[in-house]
Amino acid sequence: MFSLLQQTAADAAHEAEAAVSAAAEAANAPGMPQLNTDYFGNLIFWLLVVLAVIYWVLSRIALPRIGGVLSDRQGAITGDLVAAEEFKHKAKEAEAAYDKALADARAEAQKIVAANKAEIQKDLDAAIAKADAEIAARAAESEKRISEIRASAAEDARSVAREVTAALVENFGGAADPGQVNDAVDQRLKGALQ
Amino acid sequence: MATEEAGGLAFHPMEQFEVAPLFGDGPVSWYTPTNATLWMALSALAIVGLLVVGTRGRAIVPNRVQSIAELLYGMVRKMVEDVTGKDGLKYFPYVMTLFCFILFANFLGLLPKSFSPTSQIAITGVLAALVFVGVTVLGFVKNGAHFLGLFWVSSAPLALRPVLAVIELISYFVRPVSHSIRLAGNIMAGHAVIKVFAAFAAVAALAPISILAIVAVYGLEVLVCLIQAYVFTILTCVYLKDALHPAH
Repeated sequence: MFSLLQQTAADAAHEAEAAVSAAAEAANAPGMPQLNTDYFGNLIFWLLVVLAVIYWVLSRIALPRIGGVLSDRQGAITGDLVAAEEFKHKAKEAEAAYDKALADARAEAQKIVAANKAEIQKDLDAAIAKADAEIAARAAESEKRISEIRASAAEDARSVAREVTAALVENFGGAADPGQVNDAVDQRLKGALQ
Repeated sequence: MATEEAGGLAFHPMEQFEVAPLFGDGPVSWYTPTNATLWMALSALAIVGLLVVGTRGRAIVPNRVQSIAELLYGMVRKMVEDVTGKDGLKYFPYVMTLFCFILFANFLGLLPKSFSPTSQIAITGVLAALVFVGVTVLGFVKNGAHFLGLFWVSSAPLALRPVLAVIELISYFVRPVSHSIRLAGNIMAGHAVIKVFAAFAAVAALAPISILAIVAVYGLEVLVCLIQAYVFTILTCVYLKDALHPAH
C-alpha cells in the first residue's frame, strides 16, 4: 500500500520534472531529489539529532548566559543612573554650601572693614584734634613773638629816631634838649606806629 | 556530473539537492553521515560559535560577536513576547532553536558547493510538523475543549459559523503544509535559478549577462534566506499564540 503510494508519488514527480527538464534539455529527467523518499529517514534522523543538540546548547548555556548579561547590563545602567542622580544632588548641595560660605565671608569682611574704618576714623579724629591744638598753641606763640618783635622794633625805631633827631639838631647848630627831642619824636611816632 | 554534451548546454539545477553519503559510495541508511549531516552539523557549530563561544566574555560592554549574539537573542525574544505575550516566553528556547537553525542552514547553503538542508522538503516538513503537533497538543493541554473555540468564530453571525468552522478547520490543517513548502520552495527555487544561470556562463557571449544575473539572484537569495527564517519563526509564534489564547 505504502510502496504503491510512493510509486505514484514518484511517478507524479517524474511527470512534473519531465516538463521542467524538457524546457532545459531532456535526455535523462533527473526529477526532484527532494522527493526521493529513500533519504527521508536519514534526513529526519540527523535533523532531530542536530535540533536536539542546538536546543540543549541554547537552553542550557547560551540563552541563560545572554539573558544574564543583558539583565546585568540593565542593572549596571540603572545603578549608574541612580549614582549619577546622587552625585548631582551632592554637587548641588556643595554648591549651596559654597554660596553660603561665600556670602558669610563677604558679610564678615564687610563688618571687619566697617570696624576698621570706625577705628581709623577715631584715631584720625584724635590726631586732627591734637594737631589743631598744637597749631593753635604754635599760632598763639607766634602771635606773641610777633607782638614782642613789633614792640622791640618800635622801641628801636624810637631810640634811633631820638638819636638821629638829636644829631640833626646838633649839626644844625642848635642845642638839643633831650626832653624836647624825645617828646617831639614820641609825638610823631605815635601816629606812625599806631 | 555536469558534463558538456558536444558544445551544448548542460543544465543540472537539481543535482545540488541530492543527498550523498559523506564517506564512500555505499547505500544510505538512516544513520549514514551524509552531506546533509555535514551541513546541519556545521550550522550547529556556527550557532555554538556565535551564541556560546562569542559570549564567553559575558562582557557588560560587548565586543562585536557578543553584540550580534545579543541582537539575535533580543530580536527573537521580542518577537515571541510581542506575538504570544509573556506566557509564550516559556517556549522561547525552542523558537530560538528553530530560528537559528533555519537562519544558519540557509546562509551556509549559500556557500558554493554546499548543501542546503532547508531545501529538503523532508526537513522543513519535520520542522513544520513539530510545530503543528506541538502547538495542537499544547492548545488542548492548556485550554481543553476551549481550544476548539479557535474554529468557532463567535463574532460572526450564527448562520455563518458552521461554514466558517469548516474553513477554519481546513486552514488549520493546511498550516504545516504551507509552513514547510514555503521555506523549502524558496530556498530550492533560488538555488536552482542560480544553477541555471551558471550553466549559461559556458557560452562566452552570454557569460557576462550570466554572471551579472547570478550576482543579482545571489543578492536576492541573501535577503530571502533571512526573510524565510524570519517568516518561519514568526508563523511559529502566531500558531503558538493561537494555542495559548484560542479565543478570536
